[in-house]
Amino acid sequence: MTSPLEQKKIRIMGPSVVTANRTWDGAVVYRTSEQGWSTVLSDAAIVSTSDDARALLAESVADDVGAVGAYIAPVEIKEGGVIKPGNLREHIRSKGLTIDLLPA
Amino acid sequence: MYAYDELDRTLINERVSEFRDQVKRRLSGELTEDEFKMLRLQNGVYLQLHAYMFRVAIPYGTLSSKQLRRLAHVARRYDRGYGHFTTRQNIQFNWIKLAELPDALSDLAEVGIHAMQTSGNNMRNVTSDQWAGVAPGEVEDPRIWSEILRQHTTLHPEFSFLPRKFKIAITASEHDRAAIKIHDIGLRLHKNADGETGFEVLVGGGLGRTPFIAKTIKPFVHGRDILSYVEAILRVYNQYGRRDNIYKARIKILVHELGIEKFAREVDEEWRQMSDSALTLDHSVIDEVRSRFSYPAYEKLPHMPDELKQAAHDPLFERWRKNSVAPHKVQGYSIVTLSLKPVGGPPGDATADQMDAVADLADKYSFGEIRVGHEQNLALPHVAKRDLPQLWKALDRLGLATPNVNLVTDIIACPGLDYCSLANARSIPIAQELTRRFANHDTADMIGRLHINISGCINACGHHHVGHIGILGVEKNGEEFYQITIGGRADENAQMGVLIGPAVPYAEVADVIEDIVEAYLALRDRPEELFVDTVKRLGVEPFKERVYATR
Repeated sequence: MTSPLEQKKIRIMGPSVVTANRTWDGAVVYRTSEQGWSTVLSDAAIVSTSDDARALLAESVADDVGAVGAYIAPVEIKEGGVIKPGNLREHIRSKGLTIDLLPA
Repeated sequence: MYAYDELDRTLINERVSEFRDQVKRRLSGELTEDEFKMLRLQNGVYLQLHAYMFRVAIPYGTLSSKQLRRLAHVARRYDRGYGHFTTRQNIQFNWIKLAELPDALSDLAEVGIHAMQTSGNNMRNVTSDQWAGVAPGEVEDPRIWSEILRQHTTLHPEFSFLPRKFKIAITASEHDRAAIKIHDIGLRLHKNADGETGFEVLVGGGLGRTPFIAKTIKPFVHGRDILSYVEAILRVYNQYGRRDNIYKARIKILVHELGIEKFAREVDEEWRQMSDSALTLDHSVIDEVRSRFSYPAYEKLPHMPDELKQAAHDPLFERWRKNSVAPHKVQGYSIVTLSLKPVGGPPGDATADQMDAVADLADKYSFGEIRVGHEQNLALPHVAKRDLPQLWKALDRLGLATPNVNLVTDIIACPGLDYCSLANARSIPIAQELTRRFANHDTADMIGRLHINISGCINACGHHHVGHIGILGVEKNGEEFYQITIGGRADENAQMGVLIGPAVPYAEVADVIEDIVEAYLALRDRPEELFVDTVKRLGVEPFKERVYATR
């Protein structure tokens, strides 16, 4: 995972969110525009500029009690404004395991 | 089994209290994550993709039925009803809540289980042969020495802040089931010409992004001196090991850069200053540890009981027996491996119900003892041969009698990108697809011994370098690709596999492995020639040609 510090140097290439893991249980969460956290990706604040992304990240990192390991992650905005994870890692974090837990 | 004394119990319970307080302070905001991170890591708590992951130590791979039931309880009460046995005799729970971790640790502490030093830059769980104490021809039970090292290094201040993590494995058999040559220190128990028991000491093995096979630093160190010698190695490592670059911090890099001869001289100089120190083990200390291991009261049983003769008429039982049952040092008994590699299942996973059931079977058939091997399977180490037919039926009902031990579907795999925050690619679905491709047991038997190891990143938790076939997940432009190596092995003849060519995409991995196996079947001298021996004889070229000719 890229650290928030390193991400300051990174320009985002498209719509992005800030994601982290909730401190008390580790659940995947997304930073909302109300300065809170949600487990639902569609609740996430979407940023489109590097400055906005850095600001959202800085605010998220400051909430150390709420969530851990905040970082910027890419998303895709589909038709009708539906937000989808921007890569496989984020897809797995958002949707869960890709595997069967029990033998076929 | 080893019985912890009052000191151990106090240590574990105090650790639970400390961690409970640390978690409380973290959740209240009194501790920041930066302050808390090392504390949680020292208790085996990682943060993974979806949740916290909790790694629990199973020292030298030995569990009592009571302990296994408690692991099942933790899986059920605090997790999602299953656990994952790792390549270093640990179990990992993938969905545990930080707020509940102190309770889980407390429950485990009641049966003498802990998570100390399962993470962090310290001495990790000392591992050993899962057949320790029962394998025929063994020099001595290596767990006695594992336990001595465990006691000496647990919370040892000098070893709590090493340049990087440090792993020791011990074997006492000619055939190395503990993979000692890919450890920071590997210890091979043997006897010298005078009949004294001691260790060949190997150092500087490891996988990851810079893999090395361990080198022998001392052919024989007497048992009484093993603590001081290991400590001398650690002191040299602590002094000279790099702390400025995490990728160059393991002892293998130091040994490589200094050269084994110079490293050995440094260790000898350090050791000379420690000779006749308090670290020299006298007989009473060794005997005290030895006395705390209890061994079953074996019966005098026939080599071939009637029950086994009758069951031999059942071809399904015979297939399982030939595959999963190994000779025991005591006549009339066997070592039984329980495959955690069912067709289509995640390698190394066991449900809480399976753990409870195995605990019951251990009580009934194995003097209440279970073993965990680095291949991510379980074993019952003391099964009377007369009980094998009944045990097989019970295991079959539980899905734990897949007759694939050491065969192509007995795959070692790390959790990969489905769980791990370090991974670049998935491991488990690759393994699952391969087990489906090779699900036919006749085919697997015909192929013979073949170890496939899969890692989802270069950190190599799935030991891909030393798989007969190794599969390493990498990321290319946002897509999962996999590098394939062949010819690796982790036993007494350990060596790294050789890359056969460019990485292949996720969707083609199973086809590629099938091509490699088909090439092997066409190329082998005779049915008894193992895959690794064919690769050794012919090199990688014929396999490379087969895989890439049409791609």
